[in-house]
Amino acid sequence: MMKIRHHFDDATLIAYSSGSLPQGMAVLVGSHLHWCEECRERASQADRIGGELLEAIEPVAMEPDALASIMAMLDEPEPKLRSLSTERLDSARTGLPLPLASMLGKPLDQLEWRRIGYGVQQYDLKLEGPGATRLLRIAPGVSVPHHTHRGNELTLILRGSYSDELGRFCVGDVADVDTEVKHQPIVDTDEECICLIATDAPLKFTGLMGRLAQPFIGL
Amino acid sequence: MQEDDSEGKNVTAAADLTRDRQKRERETWTKVLASLAETRDKRLFAELFGHFGPRIKAYIIRLGLPAASAEEVTQEAMLSVWRKAHMFNASKASASTWIYTLARNLCIDRMRKEKAVEYELPEDEVDPSPRHDGEHAILEQRMKTALGTLPEAQAQVLFLSYYEGKSHSEIAEQLGIPLGSVKSRLRLAFDKLKTHWEAQ
Ligand SMILES: [Zn+2]
Repeated sequence: MMKIRHHFDDATLIAYSSGSLPQGMAVLVGSHLHWCEECRERASQADRIGGELLEAIEPVAMEPDALASIMAMLDEPEPKLRSLSTERLDSARTGLPLPLASMLGKPLDQLEWRRIGYGVQQYDLKLEGPGATRLLRIAPGVSVPHHTHRGNELTLILRGSYSDELGRFCVGDVADVDTEVKHQPIVDTDEECICLIATDAPLKFTGLMGRLAQPFIGL
Repeated sequence: MQEDDSEGKNVTAAADLTRDRQKRERETWTKVLASLAETRDKRLFAELFGHFGPRIKAYIIRLGLPAASAEEVTQEAMLSVWRKAHMFNASKASASTWIYTLARNLCIDRMRKEKAVEYELPEDEVDPSPRHDGEHAILEQRMKTALGTLPEAQAQVLFLSYYEGKSHSEIAEQLGIPLGSVKSRLRLAFDKLKTHWEAQ
């Protein structure tokens, strides 16, 4: 049984629940939720905010024939897309959490990894929208270059482990960090580490403050 | 409408009454959905449709889809209420929370498909906030009643997240506050709501 020690910030779960995360981050959050009961519980509390707001919203009338047309559809057979059981099978076969398994469609070792530096390989999920979503595969003893973030960065460990200024991260753990955090993860066992990393839009700076600030943060 | 000249006490009492009524309504709809799951009675579905359809549509329009798409996504969402009703667990969520998550997921899928078009628009047409200005005050009040008594600043960040689908960075930019403050307001609001719900 996986022992998860690092979880999401409440603010991240609220963003997930309100549907305001970019696709890659949403897949990452959904993947951790697949493994983590504690975050699942908090996420369902956040969904409750959505439920309460749905009750409180000023309704907008449906088209006059809306009820008739939906009642006519109730007996139609359900279109068969990929069934949930096929996806469950993918998830079991690859050992990956369900949302990620169904997105990748194959096990980690069969992906087309691209070498991006000494001991580091990358697989870009090439999702639409702001930010980036990729898998990193890091060899034992290798450390990822020191970096800071613009906006938020989420990391989910899928294999192996690493350590950085924030602690030790093992399979199932997430690192949930934003602009204020500087860190330099290093793979701390003789097993390689594979993690999913998703970021959101770089912060946009507008107005005078932005023009003043930009030269200093290297945009 | 309530009398405008009522004292603070009466206003609070009125808000409490509204909250009680909303709570009873919520429980009623949860029972209706639970018995739909058991009986597959189409009349129950029609009742749920009458209540939730126009709310889902309003929610989706707020998130930025045009009315015609919102109508379609609402139909999809209600159809999946019918098809997935057997998966509803009344001990885990209320009907409104469960239906909210179905509608949200379908709306996200649809917006992803329509996103490419939206990026093409000039910036001043993308920002949906100006057109909500007139109803803002009313909505704020309805929302406050729904969410207990959150301070303005905390209610606002929840409002922008759930009703306008704004990301933390977008909220920070719109309000002119640091990203960290957006997050801490959300955390505080969430803690307050959880305490409020436990007390109910
Ligand atoms: Zn967790």
